[in-house]
Order: sequence, then structure tokens, then C-alpha cells
Amino acid sequence: MKMKKELRNTIILLTASIILFFILTYLMDTEILNRYYSRILVLICINVILAVSLNLIIGVTGQLTLGHAGFMSIGAYAAAMITIQLNVPFPIALLFGGILAGLIGFLIGLPTLSLKGDYLAITTLGFGEIIRVLITNIEQLGGGRGLSGIPPKTNFAWVFFIMVLTILIIYNIARSSQGRAMMSVREDEIAAEAMGINTTKYKIMAFVIGSFFAGIAGGLFSHYLMYIKPEQFGFLKSVDFVTYVVMGGMGSLTGSISSTVILTILPEGLRFLNDYRMIIYPLALIIIMRFRPQGLMGTKELSMRMFDKFSKGSDKDAAIKGK
Amino acid sequence: MPLLKVNNLTIKFGGLTAVSNFSLNLSDHDLVGLIGPNGAGKTTIFNMLTGVYSPTSGEIEFNGEFIQGVKPYEITKKRISRTFQNIRLFKELTVLDNVKISFNYNVKYNLLHSILRLPKFNREEAEIERKALEILKVFGLDGKINELACNLPYGEQRRLEIARALAAEPKLLLLDEPAAGMNPQETHELMGLINFVRDEFKIAILLIEHDMKLVMGVCERIIVVDYGKVIAEGSPEEIKKNPKVIEAYLGEEVADA
Amino acid sequence: MEFLQQAINGLSLGFVYALIAIGYTMVYGIIGLINFAHGDVFMVGAYFGFFAAVNLHLSFIPTLLIAMGGAALTGVIVEKVAYKPLRNSPKLSILITAIAMSVLLENLVRLKMTTDPQTYPENLLPQKVIHFLGLSIDNRQIIIILISIVLVIILQFIVFKTKTGKAMRAASFDKDAAALMGINVNSIISITFAIGSALAGAAGVLVGILYSSIDPYMGIMPGLKAFVAAVLGGIGIIPGALWGGLIMGLVETFSKVYISSSYSDAIAFSILIIILIVKPSGLLGKKTREKV
Repeated sequence: MKMKKELRNTIILLTASIILFFILTYLMDTEILNRYYSRILVLICINVILAVSLNLIIGVTGQLTLGHAGFMSIGAYAAAMITIQLNVPFPIALLFGGILAGLIGFLIGLPTLSLKGDYLAITTLGFGEIIRVLITNIEQLGGGRGLSGIPPKTNFAWVFFIMVLTILIIYNIARSSQGRAMMSVREDEIAAEAMGINTTKYKIMAFVIGSFFAGIAGGLFSHYLMYIKPEQFGFLKSVDFVTYVVMGGMGSLTGSISSTVILTILPEGLRFLNDYRMIIYPLALIIIMRFRPQGLMGTKELSMRMFDKFSKGSDKDAAIKGK
Repeated sequence: MPLLKVNNLTIKFGGLTAVSNFSLNLSDHDLVGLIGPNGAGKTTIFNMLTGVYSPTSGEIEFNGEFIQGVKPYEITKKRISRTFQNIRLFKELTVLDNVKISFNYNVKYNLLHSILRLPKFNREEAEIERKALEILKVFGLDGKINELACNLPYGEQRRLEIARALAAEPKLLLLDEPAAGMNPQETHELMGLINFVRDEFKIAILLIEHDMKLVMGVCERIIVVDYGKVIAEGSPEEIKKNPKVIEAYLGEEVADA
Repeated sequence: MEFLQQAINGLSLGFVYALIAIGYTMVYGIIGLINFAHGDVFMVGAYFGFFAAVNLHLSFIPTLLIAMGGAALTGVIVEKVAYKPLRNSPKLSILITAIAMSVLLENLVRLKMTTDPQTYPENLLPQKVIHFLGLSIDNRQIIIILISIVLVIILQFIVFKTKTGKAMRAASFDKDAAALMGINVNSIISITFAIGSALAGAAGVLVGILYSSIDPYMGIMPGLKAFVAAVLGGIGIIPGALWGGLIMGLVETFSKVYISSSYSDAIAFSILIIILIVKPSGLLGKKTREKV
């Protein structure tokens, strides 16, 4: 019964996504949403992939990483290079970027995920910077001048559906025994270990999955902008993503999605402020954090309960909401 | 063959010897109490038994296997499970999820099954849910399965911790001050619960406690430690009269129980 | 000889990092916050100094004092306005606030002073090259090192020999216990921010003098490196920040000269990572055992 309900909810959401897609595509095709807005929509989708994947690491598993942009850059460059050099189909390039990012995430995660809290944060920040410096110094990748001539293969359909897929996958992971294990690591590592959870394994799992999707997002990014340079992936970018996650509420996927949408649009929307933009934007962040430090959604997920009203559900089925 | 054989367990932290030459034998259904003044090393012993600390010397043999120095999550897989002196529930998780975690080490489905929601995933999740609800019912918590653990009243939190530990299907359950902070009524219920758990789940229980009424009323055997050393072992009656024990404690508490 | 030359370069850079790192570590030690805006307090100090030297035509010491005062004021205001209200909130929320503060400070300065770099007046601390033992030593570097040492000594005096210092140390161990002992924890926190910011402000002036030009974004990289230095030495431990800063300065200078200028940042971070993996609580950090 419960599985049927989850399946039903998934189908409802997927259908809603498809409808949304067609609406947005129509608006873009008929130029109601012009090129400028289309660009923002694409960036929103890419940012959501990054925020949701980062949420798995920070929000679900409680591991503070400040190097997410580094993995995005690995995916961006790897996918771009393999397209340029070997002309592979786009999905293969994206997967290559993602897998490479995930692999490097594994290598980095292995020695560092045993560090606690702020030490982990600074180490991941360090790795992000090291990646940036390395890329800047590799001539074949364009070095400091950047990599140009990347074929424009990304369009709204790609980013939208990969975003939906990412959300679905991360959501399914979070609502599983692996997800519960990750949450237990966040809540109390010592108790988790005492209940049979290999905390290191799950930290690495979350980190690698998160890095993989960051790599995918990077590949989409580079094939959209057609030109990338290392500065775009510095620790300030990583901080952007952390902001999306914290603003949305840790561990809440709907929170991450909504805050990413808002925070991607906000700087654009404030463009009319020109010089004052980067004063109002951080001020807005400070005020939001002051009055709602737990983020938009706190740790609550937007419940599927609202759909329960359409069918009879017993109290036991309420367990589907979980956490 | 005893279930648990501890031999001369010693641990030193820097220059301080917290526990020295601790030995203990436990059989399958024993209900043994570990008592002693604060700082005597009781929780440290638990921590060594559960792999949190590695003893400086000595062995722990459980079910024929040497487990000293083994990682905590591996120890749980070997069927030893515990509660904590200061409750360590997963605060922001629901009551149900807290218990479900303990089934994790037995889960057979992998990430792919989770992502694709394959039948294996659904089947095992249903099973986990069923078993979790069963345990919660035994502990009277089935009405609150979706409550966040941090929102439970104190007594129920303690019960939940025990339920969670039992969900890990241990052969040996370690309870660290389960009655801490409880009033006499709750303590009385706890005593019944501990007996019930031992009989129903057919396990051995080793418990640390300061509440003498509970210890004397429930334990078949008691070990007393002070300054990291065992100073007495025996039945509740013997311990009550043991002069060394009376000296280590304040005397009145033990005599009154 | 070249080696000694670079060593002096490394030390003067290292002391600059140390001054900033001490501020990070003091704040972390007392409220557990990584104050991302600290690097920008360093920048603000540099601009206060610039204002004092150019607009008020003050000489070196008064400029330094004004910069330290201005930076201290900035630090305390930031604390009162942004961090204090979030004292009981999740750590990540304060982190985001700190980062937003950082961006805010950079852009406020940019708005007032434009992105164009400003130049410190030549005559504030005239450069004199000292020839000693075959080395050509820039007197300004020696002065930086000396002033930093003096400031650190003053800090040690405050922390260990005054009542306020004792209160600071108590509060960094246990805020609640300190409050129960009658310590006004809020004041102590403000004082901590003030002192840490003042040191960063001093560093700002010293850098302005040595490198001549200042800009609104000059605090980002040094702030980051100083933070790394603080963690390297053991976050929360003042001597650790000092050693961490010196190590960062020396490593950066030597790797720029002997290995490669473009990899120097990566090398500095790698050193940090290696040290943390080997000694997770930093060089002088103590392993805190969590009570089970």
C-alpha cells in the first residue's frame, strides 16, 4: 500500500514536471520569455542540480564541504575536453565528467572525511583551491585564459530533465536505508556506529554521489557557456552553493530547490540596482539568516500529505513522510 | 561456554589507568549489574566492550571470537548493542526512523535498488517497517512513530533508546544507567521492562546503574568496581553486606535497598 | 644568501598572516565561529590607515593606531549587528551571515572608494635598503616584523596578565561557567573581536606600506590563507596561529621562489591538508576526546 502511494506520488510529480516543462518551453519559444530569461532558467536548473547534490552531503549527512565547485569544474573541463577531442555523444561526455568528479571525490574523501566539522570544511576548501590552481596551470585546458570553443550542446530540455532526474535520485537515496544511515551520521556519529553503521562508508558514499552530480552539472555548464575559466569555480562559488542549501533548510530537498530558484533570480532581479546590487544582496542574506536561521523549510520536507487527501490512507501510511 | 569472557582488561589514558584487570564471565541469559561510585570506570568498560576504546591490554572474547579493538559498528554486527549514559537518540529523526536504523547492517539491497525502487527494495523496506513497528509496540511507543525523537518526554526517550538497541538483534545488551532521571514509578516499570526484555528476547543483559533499588531488584549477579578495579562480585545479598562495597559507596544506599 | 633574503621575505609575510590569523583563532576559540569577514576587516584597516595618512597627513604610528581603532570598531559593529543575534542558531547560519558580511564590507568600501587601487604615500615609512651581511634588506620588512612581535607581546600580556585576559580565557573554555562566575560574556566577546580586529587592522597598514597599493578585494586571499594558518596551528590556540602564520608565509615565499609562483597557493593548501591528516587537530591542537 505504501509503495503504491510512493509510486503514485512520484508519477504525480513527474507529470507535473513534464507539464511545467512544456509550459516553460512554450513561453520561451514564443519569446514571451526572451533570451535573458531563458538563460536564467537554464542556470536555475544547473544550480538546482548542484544544490540538491550538495544537500546530500551537508544537509542529509551533515558533512560541511566547501569544495563543491571544484567537482563542478572537474566535470566541466572533463566533459568539454572529451567532446572537443573525441567528439563523443553528449550524454557520454556528461557521464565522463560526472564519473571523473565522483572518482576524485572518492580519492579526496577517503583521507579527509574522518576530520571533524570545521577541519573538514577547510580541507575541502583547500582541495577546491588546489583543483583550481592545477587547472590554471595546465595549458591543454586553456590555463588561466580559460577553455573556449566548447560546442553548445546544452539546452533547456537537457538541464531540466537531468535536474528532475537528479532530484528524483537524491530523494530516493535520502528515503532509503542508505539515506537513514547518512542522517544518523549527521545526528550522532557515535550512536550511529553503535547501531552498526559504518559511518565512514556512508560519508564517502554521500560525498561521491554529491561530487558525481556536481560533475554532471559542470558538464552541462561548460556546454552551455561554451567558454569556461578556472576563476568561475573558486571557493566563492562553493560558498554560493552552501548558501543555497542553508537558505533552503538542511536536509530539505524542496527547500534547496526553492532557495536556489530564489537566490539565482535575486541577483539578476536586483540588477537594476547596479552598484548597490552587491550591497542589497548580502544584506538580504543577512536579514534572512537573522530571522529565519533554519532556512526556508527547516528540516521538514514539503510533505506528500497534501495528495493524501485524494485517497483514503491509514495512519500507518503516514510513515511515508518519514523525515 | 560463556557468551562473554573478559580477561584482565586494562586501559590507560596517558598516565592515568582508568580500568585495571577487569574480568567478567557472562552466560547467555545472565542479568548482571555493574555498579560503583562515579568515575569508577564503568562506562569506560562499556566503551571497551563496544569498541569505542581499545584496551591497553587484556582480551574480550564474545561467542568464541576475540573482539577487543574491533570497530564499534563491527561489534554491533557481532550482536552486542548498547544504550548511552546521556541519551544519544537521533534527535531530528522520527521514533520510527530511530529504530529502523538498527536494521541497517542486515539490509541486503544496495544503492541501485534504492534509486530505482526495485521490488527488492520495497520488500525489505516493508519488512523493516514491520519489525520496527513490532518493537515499538512492545515498548508502548507505537502511537508516536512519527514524532521527532527530541519531542518525546524523557522517560519515553530512554525507552526508545532501549528499543533501538534491541532492534539491532543483540545477544548481549549493555544498558548504561537506564534509570537515570526516572522517578520511582518509572523505575519500577523499567525493572519490569528489563526482565521482560531478557525473557522475551532471550538475551544477556549487563547494566550500569546507580539506582540500588533497580540493581538489587533485577540483577542476578552484581560486580562492583572502584577506581577501575573490581572490588567485589556476587549475588545482591552478598554485595549488600560486603564491607568493601559499603566503604566504597556511602553505605546507607546499599543497606537500604 | 638568497635563502636568508627569502627567509626575511617569508617572515614578514608570515607575520602579516599571523596577525590576521590570531584574530581568527581568538574569535573561534570563544564563539566557535569561522569569521569569514575577518579578512575584510584587515582590508578596512588598510583603508582607515590610508585615510589617516592621506587625508589627515598623519605619520606612521598615529596612522597605525587609527587603522587599528577603525578596524576594531568595524569588528565590534559586525559582531553586535550580525553575529550576536545568531548566537544560538545553527553554526551554518552564522557562517552564511559571516560570508554575506564579507561581501557587504567589500562592496561598501568599493562603493566609497571605487575598485581602483589606492596607493599608500611613499613617505609614510620611507624605504631604506639596509646592506647587511651581503643581504639587501628592506627596512620596512624589519619594521613589520618588529611591530608584529611587539603587538603579539602586548597581546600575550593582555591575555595572561590582566583580569580581562583571564576572563577571555575562561570564556573560551566554557561560556556558561564563565557567566556564572560573574563574567560579562557579551563584553568579553566584543573585546575579543576588538583585539582580533585591531591586529588585523595593523596588518592592513603594514601591507599597505610594503606593497603600496590597496583595493577592496585585498582581504580575500590573505584572509583565506590566514584562516588556513589558524587551523594549521590548531584553531583556537593563539600561539598556534602565530606559528601557522609564519609557516604559511615561509612556505608561500619559498615555493614562489624555488618551485613555481603559480603553484604556491596549491602548495600551501597541500601542506595544510597533509598536516591535518597526520594531526587532525592542528600542530598545537589538543585531541579532544568526546565523552561517550
